[in-house]
Amino acid sequence: MTPSDDLVCCPVCDTLHEIATVPDGIRYRCVRCNTVIAVGQPEAILRIVVLAVTALVLMIIVIFYPFLELRNGVFTSRASVFETAMSFSQGAMAPLSIAVAAFVIVLPIARLMALIWALGPLSVERKPLPGAALALRLAETLKPWAMAEIFMVGVAVALVKLADLATLNMGPAFWSFASIVVITAIKDTQMSKHSIWTALDTAARR
Amino acid sequence: MDGSGHRRAALTARTAGLVGCRQCTRVSPLGTELCPRCGGRLESRDETSLQKVWAWWLVGVMFYIPANVYPMLITRTVGRSQEDTIVGGVVELTHYGAWGVAAIVFFASVMIPVGKFIAIGYLAMIVRKPHGHKPGHLLHLYEVVEWIGRWSMIDVFVVAILVALVQFELLASINPGIAAVCFALSVVFTMLSAMSFDSRRIWDEIETVTKEGAE
Ligand SMILES: [Zn+2]
Ligand SMILES: [Zn+2]
Repeated sequence: MTPSDDLVCCPVCDTLHEIATVPDGIRYRCVRCNTVIAVGQPEAILRIVVLAVTALVLMIIVIFYPFLELRNGVFTSRASVFETAMSFSQGAMAPLSIAVAAFVIVLPIARLMALIWALGPLSVERKPLPGAALALRLAETLKPWAMAEIFMVGVAVALVKLADLATLNMGPAFWSFASIVVITAIKDTQMSKHSIWTALDTAARR
Repeated sequence: MDGSGHRRAALTARTAGLVGCRQCTRVSPLGTELCPRCGGRLESRDETSLQKVWAWWLVGVMFYIPANVYPMLITRTVGRSQEDTIVGGVVELTHYGAWGVAAIVFFASVMIPVGKFIAIGYLAMIVRKPHGHKPGHLLHLYEVVEWIGRWSMIDVFVVAILVALVQFELLASINPGIAAVCFALSVVFTMLSAMSFDSRRIWDEIETVTKEGAE
Protein backbone atom coordinates (compact mmCIF):
# COMPACT_ATOMS: atom_id res chain seq x y z
CA MET A 1 0.00 0.00 0.00
CA THR A 2 1.30 3.48 -0.76
CA PRO A 3 0.64 6.55 1.36
CA SER A 4 -1.73 9.07 -0.14
CA ASP A 5 -3.56 12.21 0.95
CA ASP A 6 -6.82 10.29 1.33
CA LEU A 7 -5.39 7.70 3.68
CA VAL A 8 -6.02 8.59 7.31
CA CYS A 9 -4.63 6.67 10.25
CA CYS A 10 -6.50 6.59 13.57
CA PRO A 11 -4.10 8.01 16.16
CA VAL A 12 -5.64 5.91 18.92
CA CYS A 13 -5.76 2.40 17.41
CA ASP A 14 -3.75 2.55 14.13
CA THR A 15 -6.68 1.61 11.85
CA LEU A 16 -6.50 2.95 8.29
CA HIS A 17 -9.40 4.81 6.73
CA GLU A 18 -9.89 6.27 3.28
CA ILE A 19 -11.38 9.72 3.55
CA ALA A 20 -11.38 11.96 0.50
CA THR A 21 -13.70 14.82 1.39
CA VAL A 22 -15.80 15.19 4.49
CA PRO A 23 -19.32 16.52 3.82
CA ASP A 24 -20.41 19.48 5.94
CA GLY A 25 -21.82 18.63 9.33
CA ILE A 26 -20.56 15.04 9.21
CA ARG A 27 -18.29 13.51 11.83
CA TYR A 28 -16.30 10.46 10.78
CA ARG A 29 -15.52 8.07 13.58
CA CYS A 30 -12.95 5.30 13.59
CA VAL A 31 -14.63 1.99 12.72
CA ARG A 32 -12.68 0.18 15.41
CA CYS A 33 -12.35 2.50 18.39
CA ASN A 34 -15.01 5.14 17.69
CA THR A 35 -12.61 8.09 18.03
CA VAL A 36 -13.67 11.10 15.95
CA ILE A 37 -11.09 11.33 13.15
CA ALA A 38 -12.53 13.92 10.79
CA VAL A 39 -15.10 16.67 11.13
CA GLY A 40 -16.72 18.37 8.14
CA GLN A 41 -16.87 21.95 9.32
CA PRO A 42 -15.59 24.53 6.85
CA GLU A 43 -16.10 27.29 9.43
CA ALA A 44 -14.17 25.45 12.16
CA ILE A 45 -10.81 27.16 11.58
CA LEU A 46 -12.31 30.64 11.68
CA ARG A 47 -14.25 29.77 14.82
CA ILE A 48 -11.18 28.35 16.56
CA VAL A 49 -9.15 31.48 15.76
CA VAL A 50 -11.88 33.88 16.91
CA LEU A 51 -12.37 31.98 20.17
CA ALA A 52 -8.61 31.75 20.76
CA VAL A 53 -8.13 35.50 20.22
CA THR A 54 -11.02 36.29 22.59
CA ALA A 55 -9.61 33.98 25.25
CA LEU A 56 -6.13 35.48 24.87
CA VAL A 57 -7.38 39.06 25.31
CA LEU A 58 -9.41 38.08 28.39
CA MET A 59 -6.41 36.22 29.75
CA ILE A 60 -4.23 39.30 29.70
CA ILE A 61 -6.91 41.30 31.54
CA VAL A 62 -7.29 38.51 34.06
CA ILE A 63 -3.71 38.08 35.14
CA PHE A 64 -3.11 41.39 36.85
CA TYR A 65 -6.64 42.40 37.88
CA PRO A 66 -7.85 41.53 41.39
CA PHE A 67 -9.47 38.17 41.24
CA LEU A 68 -10.80 37.69 44.74
CA GLU A 69 -11.14 40.12 47.60
CA LEU A 70 -11.20 39.03 51.20
CA ARG A 71 -12.58 41.18 54.03
CA ASN A 72 -12.27 40.45 57.72
CA GLY A 73 -13.36 43.47 59.78
CA VAL A 74 -10.76 46.14 59.10
CA PHE A 75 -8.46 43.95 57.10
CA THR A 76 -8.77 43.57 53.37
CA SER A 77 -6.64 41.46 51.09
CA ARG A 78 -6.86 41.09 47.36
CA ALA A 79 -5.29 38.53 45.10
CA SER A 80 -4.88 38.39 41.36
CA VAL A 81 -4.27 35.15 39.51
CA PHE A 82 -0.65 36.23 39.21
CA GLU A 83 -0.33 36.72 42.97
CA THR A 84 -1.94 33.35 43.56
CA ALA A 85 0.66 31.70 41.38
CA MET A 86 3.39 33.55 43.25
CA SER A 87 2.05 32.55 46.66
CA PHE A 88 4.58 29.75 47.04
CA SER A 89 7.48 31.86 45.81
CA GLN A 90 9.23 32.13 49.16
CA GLY A 91 11.54 29.47 50.50
CA ALA A 92 11.38 25.80 49.68
CA MET A 93 8.03 26.07 47.92
CA ALA A 94 9.37 28.13 45.01
CA PRO A 95 9.25 25.28 42.45
CA LEU A 96 5.57 24.87 43.22
CA SER A 97 5.04 28.54 42.47
CA ILE A 98 6.62 28.06 39.06
CA ALA A 99 4.45 25.01 38.41
CA VAL A 100 1.22 26.78 39.37
CA ALA A 101 2.15 29.81 37.23
CA ALA A 102 2.89 27.44 34.33
CA PHE A 103 -0.34 25.43 34.61
CA VAL A 104 -2.66 28.38 35.13
CA ILE A 105 -1.08 31.25 33.17
CA VAL A 106 1.96 30.44 31.01
CA LEU A 107 0.86 27.24 29.31
CA PRO A 108 -2.73 28.35 28.55
CA ILE A 109 -1.34 31.57 27.00
CA ALA A 110 1.37 29.71 25.09
CA ARG A 111 -1.22 27.31 23.73
CA LEU A 112 -3.54 30.11 22.57
CA MET A 113 -0.67 31.98 20.91
CA ALA A 114 0.55 28.83 19.14
CA LEU A 115 -2.96 28.15 17.80
CA ILE A 116 -3.35 31.72 16.56
CA TRP A 117 0.08 31.62 14.92
CA ALA A 118 -0.70 28.35 13.14
CA LEU A 119 -4.31 28.95 12.14
CA GLY A 120 -4.71 32.75 12.11
CA PRO A 121 -3.55 33.27 8.51
CA LEU A 122 -5.76 30.36 7.36
CA SER A 123 -8.86 32.01 8.76
CA VAL A 124 -8.29 35.03 6.51
CA GLU A 125 -7.35 32.85 3.52
CA ARG A 126 -3.63 33.56 3.56
CA LYS A 127 -0.57 31.33 3.33
CA PRO A 128 0.46 29.91 6.72
CA LEU A 129 3.29 31.60 8.62
CA PRO A 130 6.66 29.85 8.88
CA GLY A 131 6.71 27.33 11.72
CA ALA A 132 2.94 26.83 11.55
CA ALA A 133 3.30 23.03 11.75
CA LEU A 134 5.56 23.29 14.79
CA ALA A 135 3.15 25.70 16.50
CA LEU A 136 0.20 23.39 15.87
CA ARG A 137 2.08 20.42 17.28
CA LEU A 138 3.04 22.49 20.31
CA ALA A 139 -0.59 23.49 20.90
CA GLU A 140 -1.62 19.84 20.88
CA THR A 141 1.21 18.80 23.24
CA LEU A 142 0.35 21.55 25.72
CA LYS A 143 -3.33 20.62 25.88
CA PRO A 144 -3.28 18.40 28.99
CA TRP A 145 -0.98 20.79 30.86
CA ALA A 146 -3.14 23.90 30.49
CA MET A 147 -5.27 23.71 33.63
CA ALA A 148 -7.27 26.94 33.81
CA GLU A 149 -10.58 25.09 34.26
CA ILE A 150 -9.21 23.04 37.14
CA PHE A 151 -8.05 26.23 38.81
CA MET A 152 -11.65 27.51 38.65
CA VAL A 153 -12.91 24.51 40.60
CA GLY A 154 -10.09 25.17 43.07
CA VAL A 155 -11.45 28.69 43.52
CA ALA A 156 -14.90 27.32 44.34
CA VAL A 157 -13.45 25.02 46.98
CA ALA A 158 -11.38 27.85 48.48
CA LEU A 159 -14.51 30.01 48.72
CA VAL A 160 -16.25 27.40 50.84
CA LYS A 161 -13.20 26.97 53.08
CA LEU A 162 -13.02 30.70 53.75
CA ALA A 163 -16.73 31.29 54.14
CA ASP A 164 -16.74 31.68 57.91
CA LEU A 165 -13.33 33.31 58.22
CA ALA A 166 -14.11 36.37 56.14
CA THR A 167 -16.36 37.92 53.51
CA LEU A 168 -15.37 37.21 49.95
CA ASN A 169 -15.97 39.27 46.85
CA MET A 170 -15.28 38.23 43.32
CA GLY A 171 -13.46 40.80 41.22
CA PRO A 172 -13.97 41.45 37.48
CA ALA A 173 -11.09 39.13 36.68
CA PHE A 174 -13.01 36.26 38.22
CA TRP A 175 -15.76 36.47 35.61
CA SER A 176 -13.31 36.98 32.76
CA PHE A 177 -11.45 33.88 33.87
CA ALA A 178 -14.71 31.92 34.04
CA SER A 179 -15.50 32.93 30.45
CA ILE A 180 -12.04 31.85 29.28
CA VAL A 181 -12.74 28.39 30.63
CA VAL A 182 -16.04 28.18 28.73
CA ILE A 183 -14.54 29.64 25.52
CA THR A 184 -11.63 27.19 25.59
CA ALA A 185 -14.00 24.26 26.07
CA ILE A 186 -16.10 25.33 23.05
CA LYS A 187 -12.96 25.88 20.99
CA ASP A 188 -11.62 22.40 21.69
CA THR A 189 -14.83 20.74 20.48
CA GLN A 190 -14.19 22.35 17.08
CA MET A 191 -10.80 20.73 16.67
CA SER A 192 -10.14 17.56 14.71
CA LYS A 193 -6.54 16.66 13.91
CA HIS A 194 -7.20 15.43 10.40
CA SER A 195 -9.36 18.37 9.39
CA ILE A 196 -7.00 21.02 10.76
CA TRP A 197 -3.88 19.49 9.23
CA THR A 198 -5.61 19.07 5.87
CA ALA A 199 -6.60 22.74 6.01
CA LEU A 200 -2.99 23.68 6.77
CA ASP A 201 -1.78 21.56 3.81
CA THR A 202 -4.26 23.18 1.47
CA ALA A 203 -3.31 26.67 2.65
CA ALA A 204 0.41 25.97 2.16
CA ARG A 205 -0.25 25.08 -1.48
CA ARG A 206 -1.99 28.39 -2.07
CA MET B 1 -23.38 -1.86 16.15
CA ASP B 2 -21.25 -4.78 17.18
CA GLY B 3 -17.51 -4.35 17.04
CA SER B 4 -16.56 -7.91 16.13
CA GLY B 5 -17.25 -7.63 12.38
CA HIS B 6 -15.28 -4.43 12.18
CA ARG B 7 -12.46 -5.77 14.24
CA ARG B 8 -11.60 -8.39 11.65
CA ALA B 9 -12.14 -5.93 8.81
CA ALA B 10 -9.93 -3.24 10.36
CA LEU B 11 -6.63 -2.86 8.52
CA THR B 12 -3.96 -1.24 10.63
CA ALA B 13 -1.23 0.97 9.29
CA ARG B 14 1.33 -1.50 10.62
CA THR B 15 -0.09 -4.53 8.78
CA ALA B 16 -0.28 -2.42 5.62
CA GLY B 17 3.45 -1.67 5.90
CA LEU B 18 2.80 1.93 6.86
CA VAL B 19 3.22 4.10 9.89
CA GLY B 20 0.60 6.61 10.93
CA CYS B 21 1.34 9.97 12.52
CA ARG B 22 -0.37 10.36 15.88
CA GLN B 23 -0.26 14.14 15.61
CA CYS B 24 -1.73 14.79 12.16
CA THR B 25 -3.09 11.33 11.12
CA ARG B 26 -0.99 11.19 7.91
CA VAL B 27 0.51 7.87 6.85
CA SER B 28 4.08 7.29 5.64
CA PRO B 29 6.00 4.15 4.59
CA LEU B 30 7.13 2.01 7.53
CA GLY B 31 10.58 3.10 8.69
CA THR B 32 10.05 6.81 8.04
CA GLU B 33 11.36 8.70 11.06
CA LEU B 34 9.83 12.15 10.76
CA CYS B 35 6.33 12.93 9.52
CA PRO B 36 6.55 14.82 6.20
CA ARG B 37 3.44 16.83 7.06
CA CYS B 38 3.89 17.97 10.66
CA GLY B 39 7.48 17.04 11.47
CA GLY B 40 6.46 14.83 14.39
CA ARG B 41 8.44 11.73 15.30
CA LEU B 42 6.97 8.55 13.84
CA GLU B 43 6.90 5.17 15.55
CA SER B 44 4.75 2.28 14.47
CA ARG B 45 4.63 1.19 18.12
CA ASP B 46 6.36 2.78 21.05
CA GLU B 47 8.52 -0.19 22.07
CA THR B 48 9.66 1.31 25.36
CA SER B 49 6.12 2.43 26.20
CA LEU B 50 5.57 0.03 29.09
CA GLN B 51 8.97 0.70 30.65
CA LYS B 52 8.19 4.41 30.68
CA VAL B 53 4.70 3.77 32.05
CA TRP B 54 6.09 1.76 34.98
CA ALA B 55 8.95 4.18 35.68
CA TRP B 56 6.64 7.21 35.93
CA TRP B 57 4.05 5.15 37.79
CA LEU B 58 6.58 4.19 40.46
CA VAL B 59 7.78 7.76 40.98
CA GLY B 60 4.14 8.89 41.14
CA VAL B 61 3.33 6.37 43.88
CA MET B 62 6.51 7.30 45.76
CA PHE B 63 5.45 10.95 45.94
CA TYR B 64 1.84 10.13 46.75
CA ILE B 65 2.78 8.60 50.10
CA PRO B 66 4.46 11.67 51.70
CA ALA B 67 1.71 13.77 50.11
CA ASN B 68 -0.75 12.03 52.43
CA VAL B 69 1.45 11.86 55.52
CA TYR B 70 2.71 15.45 55.74
CA PRO B 71 0.58 18.58 56.15
CA MET B 72 -0.82 20.26 53.07
CA LEU B 73 -1.84 23.49 54.82
CA ILE B 74 -0.53 25.19 57.95
CA THR B 75 -3.07 27.66 59.35
CA ARG B 76 -2.04 30.13 62.03
CA THR B 77 -4.76 32.10 63.79
CA VAL B 78 -4.25 34.15 66.97
CA GLY B 79 -2.12 31.99 69.23
CA ARG B 80 -3.07 28.78 67.47
CA SER B 81 -1.50 26.74 64.75
CA GLN B 82 -3.22 23.97 62.84
CA GLU B 83 -1.80 21.53 60.31
CA ASP B 84 -4.04 19.82 57.80
CA THR B 85 -3.24 16.81 55.68
CA ILE B 86 -5.20 16.05 52.51
CA VAL B 87 -7.69 13.85 54.33
CA GLY B 88 -7.71 16.28 57.29
CA GLY B 89 -8.77 19.06 54.95
CA VAL B 90 -11.66 16.95 53.68
CA VAL B 91 -12.77 16.18 57.25
CA GLU B 92 -12.66 19.88 58.08
CA LEU B 93 -14.89 20.69 55.11
CA THR B 94 -17.50 18.25 56.43
CA HIS B 95 -17.43 20.18 59.75
CA TYR B 96 -18.64 23.22 57.84
CA GLY B 97 -21.42 21.06 56.48
CA ALA B 98 -19.99 21.46 52.99
CA TRP B 99 -20.54 17.84 52.02
CA GLY B 100 -20.61 18.46 48.27
CA VAL B 101 -17.30 20.27 48.24
CA ALA B 102 -15.78 17.74 50.64
CA ALA B 103 -16.83 15.02 48.22
CA ILE B 104 -15.21 16.85 45.27
CA VAL B 105 -11.91 17.27 47.12
CA PHE B 106 -11.96 13.68 48.39
CA PHE B 107 -12.68 12.44 44.87
CA ALA B 108 -9.95 14.59 43.28
CA SER B 109 -7.26 13.98 45.90
CA VAL B 110 -7.86 10.39 47.00
CA MET B 111 -10.17 8.46 44.66
CA ILE B 112 -8.70 9.71 41.38
CA PRO B 113 -5.00 9.20 42.26
CA VAL B 114 -5.54 5.76 43.80
CA GLY B 115 -7.91 4.72 41.02
CA LYS B 116 -5.37 5.91 38.47
CA PHE B 117 -2.52 3.90 39.97
CA ILE B 118 -4.67 0.78 39.87
CA ALA B 119 -6.04 1.41 36.36
CA ILE B 120 -2.68 2.21 34.75
CA GLY B 121 -1.06 -0.78 36.45
CA TYR B 122 -3.90 -3.02 35.26
CA LEU B 123 -3.67 -1.78 31.64
CA ALA B 124 0.11 -2.11 31.53
CA MET B 125 -0.08 -5.69 32.86
CA ILE B 126 -2.82 -6.75 30.45
CA VAL B 127 -1.37 -5.57 27.12
CA ARG B 128 1.93 -7.39 27.69
CA LYS B 129 0.57 -10.70 26.47
CA PRO B 130 -2.41 -12.01 24.48
CA HIS B 131 -5.58 -11.25 26.39
CA GLY B 132 -9.28 -11.90 26.03
CA HIS B 133 -10.50 -8.50 27.20
CA LYS B 134 -12.77 -6.40 25.01
CA PRO B 135 -10.50 -3.68 23.55
CA GLY B 136 -13.39 -1.20 23.64
CA HIS B 137 -13.56 -1.54 27.42
CA LEU B 138 -9.81 -1.17 27.87
CA LEU B 139 -9.81 1.93 25.68
CA HIS B 140 -12.64 3.47 27.69
CA LEU B 141 -10.71 2.83 30.88
CA TYR B 142 -7.61 4.41 29.36
CA GLU B 143 -9.50 7.45 28.09
CA VAL B 144 -11.13 8.03 31.48
CA VAL B 145 -7.76 7.74 33.23
CA GLU B 146 -6.11 10.12 30.77
CA TRP B 147 -8.90 12.68 30.97
CA ILE B 148 -9.52 12.68 34.69
CA GLY B 149 -5.93 12.63 35.98
CA ARG B 150 -5.34 16.37 35.64
CA TRP B 151 -8.29 17.13 37.91
CA SER B 152 -6.31 15.90 40.90
CA MET B 153 -4.50 19.21 40.75
CA ILE B 154 -7.54 20.92 42.40
CA ASP B 155 -6.15 20.63 45.92
CA VAL B 156 -2.82 22.18 44.97
CA PHE B 157 -4.65 25.17 43.48
CA VAL B 158 -6.85 25.46 46.58
CA VAL B 159 -3.72 25.68 48.71
CA ALA B 160 -2.25 28.34 46.39
CA ILE B 161 -5.42 30.45 46.52
CA LEU B 162 -5.72 30.19 50.30
CA VAL B 163 -2.07 31.11 50.81
CA ALA B 164 -2.38 34.13 48.51
CA LEU B 165 -5.60 35.39 50.09
CA VAL B 166 -5.26 34.75 53.79
CA GLN B 167 -2.43 37.02 54.86
CA PHE B 168 -3.90 39.12 57.69
CA GLU B 169 -0.51 39.52 59.32
CA LEU B 170 -1.16 38.89 63.03
CA LEU B 171 -4.74 37.69 62.80
CA ALA B 172 -4.43 34.76 60.50
CA SER B 173 -2.09 33.36 57.92
CA ILE B 174 -2.00 30.21 55.85
CA ASN B 175 1.18 28.57 54.63
CA PRO B 176 1.70 25.63 52.30
CA GLY B 177 3.04 22.39 53.71
CA ILE B 178 5.56 20.06 52.09
CA ALA B 179 2.72 17.71 51.03
CA ALA B 180 1.55 20.29 48.49
CA VAL B 181 4.81 19.86 46.56
CA CYS B 182 4.75 16.06 46.85
CA PHE B 183 1.14 15.91 45.71
CA ALA B 184 1.72 18.19 42.70
CA LEU B 185 4.71 16.07 41.66
CA SER B 186 2.71 12.87 42.10
CA VAL B 187 -0.04 14.20 39.81
CA VAL B 188 2.48 15.27 37.16
CA PHE B 189 4.28 11.90 37.21
CA THR B 190 1.04 9.91 36.96
CA MET B 191 -0.04 12.10 34.03
CA LEU B 192 3.28 11.30 32.34
CA SER B 193 2.76 7.62 33.11
CA ALA B 194 -0.67 7.63 31.47
CA MET B 195 0.65 9.55 28.46
CA SER B 196 3.49 7.06 27.95
CA PHE B 197 0.98 4.27 27.42
CA ASP B 198 0.64 3.46 23.71
CA SER B 199 -3.10 2.90 23.19
CA ARG B 200 -2.46 1.10 19.89
CA ARG B 201 -1.06 -1.81 21.88
CA ILE B 202 -4.52 -2.52 23.28
CA TRP B 203 -5.41 -4.09 19.94
CA ASP B 204 -2.05 -5.67 19.04
CA GLU B 205 -2.39 -8.74 21.21
CA ILE B 206 -6.00 -9.20 20.07
CA GLU B 207 -4.69 -9.32 16.51
CA THR B 208 -2.19 -11.99 17.50
CA VAL B 209 -4.94 -14.06 19.11
CA THR B 210 -7.15 -13.82 16.03
CA LYS B 211 -4.29 -14.78 13.72
CA GLU B 212 -3.26 -17.75 15.84
CA GLY B 213 -6.88 -18.86 16.03
CA ALA B 214 -7.21 -18.79 12.24
CA GLU B 215 -4.22 -20.97 11.60
ZN1 LIG C 1 -9.33 3.97 16.02
ZN1 LIG D 1 2.31 14.16 11.23
